[in-house]
Amino acid sequence: MRKLGFMVAATAMLMTVGTAAIGQADEPKNGGTLVIGTTQKARHLNPAVQSGIATAMPGTQIFATPLRFNDKWEAQPYLAESWSVSDDGKSITLKLRENAKFHDGKPITSEDVAFSLQTVKENHPFKSMFAPVTGVDTPDPLTAVINFDKPHPAAFLAMSSALLPIIPKHVYGDGQDPKSHPANNAPVGSGPFKFVEFKPGEYIILEKNPDYFIEGRPYLDRIIIKNYKDPTSVALAMDTEEINMYPFLAPTKDIARLKKNDKLVVTDRGYEAVGPINWLAFNTQNEYLKDKKVRQAIAYAMDRDFVINALLAGQSKAATGPIVPGSPFYADNAEKYDVDLDKANAMLDEAGFARGDGDMRFKLTIDYIPGSAELQKGVAEYLKSQLKKVGIDVELRASPDFPTWAKRVGGHDFDMSMDIVFNWGDPVIGVHRTYLCDNIKKGVIWSNTQSYCNEEVDKLLNEAGSELNQEKRIALYKEAQEIIVDDAPLVYINVLPYHTAYNKQIGNPPLTIWGAMSPLDEVYIK
Amino acid sequence: MRMTFMVARRLLHAFLLILAVLVLNFLLIHLAPGDPADVIAGEMGGATEEMLADIRKNYGLDKPVYVQLGLYLGRALQGDLGQSFFYNAPVLDLVAGRAGATILLVTTALLFAILVGTLLGVLASHKPKGIVSGLVTLISVIGYSAPIFWTGMMLVILFAWVYPIFPIANMYDITKGGGIFSRMIDILYHLVLPAVTLGIVYLAQYARLTRASMLEILGSDYIRTARAKGVAEIKVYGHHALRNAILPVVTIAGLQFGSIISGAVLVETVFSWPGLGTLAFDAILARDYPTILGILFFSSVLVIVANLITDFIYRLVDPRIRKEG
Repeated sequence: MRKLGFMVAATAMLMTVGTAAIGQADEPKNGGTLVIGTTQKARHLNPAVQSGIATAMPGTQIFATPLRFNDKWEAQPYLAESWSVSDDGKSITLKLRENAKFHDGKPITSEDVAFSLQTVKENHPFKSMFAPVTGVDTPDPLTAVINFDKPHPAAFLAMSSALLPIIPKHVYGDGQDPKSHPANNAPVGSGPFKFVEFKPGEYIILEKNPDYFIEGRPYLDRIIIKNYKDPTSVALAMDTEEINMYPFLAPTKDIARLKKNDKLVVTDRGYEAVGPINWLAFNTQNEYLKDKKVRQAIAYAMDRDFVINALLAGQSKAATGPIVPGSPFYADNAEKYDVDLDKANAMLDEAGFARGDGDMRFKLTIDYIPGSAELQKGVAEYLKSQLKKVGIDVELRASPDFPTWAKRVGGHDFDMSMDIVFNWGDPVIGVHRTYLCDNIKKGVIWSNTQSYCNEEVDKLLNEAGSELNQEKRIALYKEAQEIIVDDAPLVYINVLPYHTAYNKQIGNPPLTIWGAMSPLDEVYIK
Repeated sequence: MRMTFMVARRLLHAFLLILAVLVLNFLLIHLAPGDPADVIAGEMGGATEEMLADIRKNYGLDKPVYVQLGLYLGRALQGDLGQSFFYNAPVLDLVAGRAGATILLVTTALLFAILVGTLLGVLASHKPKGIVSGLVTLISVIGYSAPIFWTGMMLVILFAWVYPIFPIANMYDITKGGGIFSRMIDILYHLVLPAVTLGIVYLAQYARLTRASMLEILGSDYIRTARAKGVAEIKVYGHHALRNAILPVVTIAGLQFGSIISGAVLVETVFSWPGLGTLAFDAILARDYPTILGILFFSSVLVIVANLITDFIYRLVDPRIRKEG
């Protein structure tokens, strides 16, 4: 067995390495209720069959995962007290805790791990998370050996946050479809908080799990997740202290306003793994956009600093490639496409598109996701005026609702479109899907809707996906990103300005790479 | 016998009306572009082709529209409104869980509008050119012309920032403990702003209507006779004039029940009131066909029932109809 350097004794580790113990000054206190405000409405509470923030926030409290991550992208023991990787990298052995129980008192065994992994593999939308898994051996109740057909380092991040919740086989193994299982609305998990009540679209109430497998935790008595109709209402609720935490806060005017409130802390930490990018996608099959020079010219025509500082009030960070800054796989070597209108004009001339009627070269449309005026429509409007300067006549094409936009972009019926896509921790989970040639799938949103295909990129991504040596892996991703950015199937604009606002009375706020989508067992009320 | 026949005929009409509502709504919703599977996939953060096909199959979206309609009507007639596409729950449970909040909001708003509107109308009719009458006219014009969501948002701003005395969202404070009585008080406290917002438009109409009606009736012969006989002025207003003047208000209130329910959608959205309105709003955005249809079904039943109740009240307050049977 080759150790990866992080085979750890659980108790000692968990006592010393806090997943959120950042700036911790006071002794944690027991008791109190954390009230989280959100606009995200959960369909149900089982993250094994449902991705997304709305299910992940309660899901990570109800269900424990084999691993968890700290704020330095380091895997930490959670349900698995230790783990090791085989010499050929094709299996990971998890050693489970002896004392871990589900909320109904039944012990957690390796059978539950095998069952959960199979359920996630078959039903979760992120197929790449466990695609190489060939099976899970369960030599004893506390040992689970996950076998792969090739080394699969992405499995570590895929075993954390809400991505591999360990669900009870004795509940979900009754033959019913896990996607519509009645237990999804009243789940039995093993996480720090137990399910109490779920009113769809209104609130979720969770209470402390007294038999939690980490002694002395959680500190809070209850967590209430309240739904609000819009971000302004949540921000108002922060002001009036109706709630004491607002994760995934994005409107820049609300961020700026809440930052002025002396009772609150507003931070952009905790979104490194989510990695949300706002970008402009090209349909590379379009008669003009199939030319790389045209795509690059459009990239040079955009003033990213203007978007960030003027349109987004300086509350957002620049995105310059497929992976967000803050991820260990981020490439700082790729072309940044700093604004240069002369260069953009010259490139379009060079591409053979001379200015004609009305001083325009050609006409394109931009779609955008409805309901996100600031990040999508606002930037699209700016691009329209900016591209006019280089002779591209742009028409904004509004969609009345999300399905209409998804149908257009998923169906490749677009020229250019604004879009928001998440990295989801490991590039295998959230990045590969946008660039791999075999993921050009008409009708599927957030696949390779750009129809971008570069065999060299495919080779590098596939190689990186199976590389266990972290340094080599980083190098492969950097090389791939450099090529992708040069090919410009997308113009990377900004990282979504996600922030967490929390009351200063909150101790140990969730600032790990998964932020509020991680177990809140260390959070306390001062 | 005649009464039984009339009731049976009304019930048959109501049934056919509901059936027509179901069919029309079903077809209208399916005419809209876009695929609910995309919304579910969007909520999931993406999906593969197989998963999209699976979603369509599970929800019956892969079948032709007329087959879907037939299946839906068949189930609906058996009391099964289907499974929500968005939430992992039967539509009937979702609608039943939210209906109480909407009924409470709508009836409170309606009562507030009728009582206060009538009172203001009577006060205004006392001295048609006086200050009170001018004020009532002003309130009526503002109440009637201001869009309901604007009034709501102004109240939210007023009570969130300037005078934070009323809660601006939700039906009760989930963080508060206490028994049923304290929960009821909390609900009433939360009900004030949404009910006033919803009621104010109708209040304005009822005040104007009562004022006009009262002015007409106060000038009639039998009122003059009553006054000549020395009947106290309060009795002239309350017993003789108002009883007749309120008839148009009752008629209009009954007819407006449907528009009040649609107004509730906006008010519930502004105040995060957990009723059918917010559920409808979310369901429309999510293309949650079964939930939208379930809400429309329930609200049409409510309107039909409300019209029946109006007929009944009309019989109580108007002896001419009572005598006609």
